[in-house]
Amino acid sequence: MSLLTEPVGVSHMMTVGAIMFVAGVVCMATKRNALGVLMGVELVLNGANVNFVALSSNFLRNDAAYSMGLDGQFVALFVIVLAAAEAAVALAITLNFYNNHATVDVDRADELRG
Amino acid sequence: MDGINWHSVFFLLFALVACGFAVAVVVSSNIVRMALYLILSLGATAGLFFLAGADFVGAMQLMIYVGGTLVLLVFGVMLTAQGPFVSMKTRGGDWVLTVLVAGSLLVLLIPASFSIGGWRNSGEAMPEAAVAVQSQPRTSAPLGLGLLGVRVDKLDEGPAELRAGMSGYLLPFEIVSVHLLVVLIGAAYLARSKKRRDTARFET
Repeated sequence: MSLLTEPVGVSHMMTVGAIMFVAGVVCMATKRNALGVLMGVELVLNGANVNFVALSSNFLRNDAAYSMGLDGQFVALFVIVLAAAEAAVALAITLNFYNNHATVDVDRADELRG
Repeated sequence: MDGINWHSVFFLLFALVACGFAVAVVVSSNIVRMALYLILSLGATAGLFFLAGADFVGAMQLMIYVGGTLVLLVFGVMLTAQGPFVSMKTRGGDWVLTVLVAGSLLVLLIPASFSIGGWRNSGEAMPEAAVAVQSQPRTSAPLGLGLLGVRVDKLDEGPAELRAGMSGYLLPFEIVSVHLLVVLIGAAYLARSKKRRDTARFET
């Protein structure tokens, strides 16, 4: 019950970020569907974003003077935008691969000439 | 009932949803269910951002990630639909190796996140923090001005000659803008249909 009565800190947020990061790494390494690999990348970027936002917050730590301020939120915004761009390009490549090979199995993507 | 910290309760709720559905993305083998679990996980992460005081980033997470990127992914799932009996299973040896590596990474990361005392929150600063939440302006205006190169949240920091515009994010903002334009053109070029030209040649 201590989690319900004690205030949460940066450490708890970073634990959530670590779990999402590791889930994304496992997803990237084990999925054979190319879109599953893409979802793993999204999870990894999101876990990093949780850490950035946690470190930029003033309300999650005792010494708020040492927090990153708004810089962490700027980096989180850039990560979100770059993840959107990455998803668009990777999806276009996947669709191109599917048009040429009629599959999205990354194990069969050993030649991408088309 | 008095001792319950509702901030912690909602943090626990959102954290459990985010982590649980992130793990569900990994263990599920149906790609459509993976997309649904990813939507729920990223939505709960937006709730975590709201709880950390980053309201603009949380709103952007909902709009861009959940509203844009995942719709793109779901369309990709539908456009590359496999037959219902095509199974892409991972070999057991790969699972064992990956879980070993990822588990050791998790064992490294979680004690590291609890190892720094300044990252803890003992609750002594909470009354002042609550007052600061009430009196603080929302983060969207400082974020927007920072993207234009003016850091209104740091006007009293640093030497005066460096304050003029060095700490803003105007250059990364412009680079990201051009990057998005290039990505838009490149994705449209890559995903265009090439079949029609071939069939037209065969028909003539």
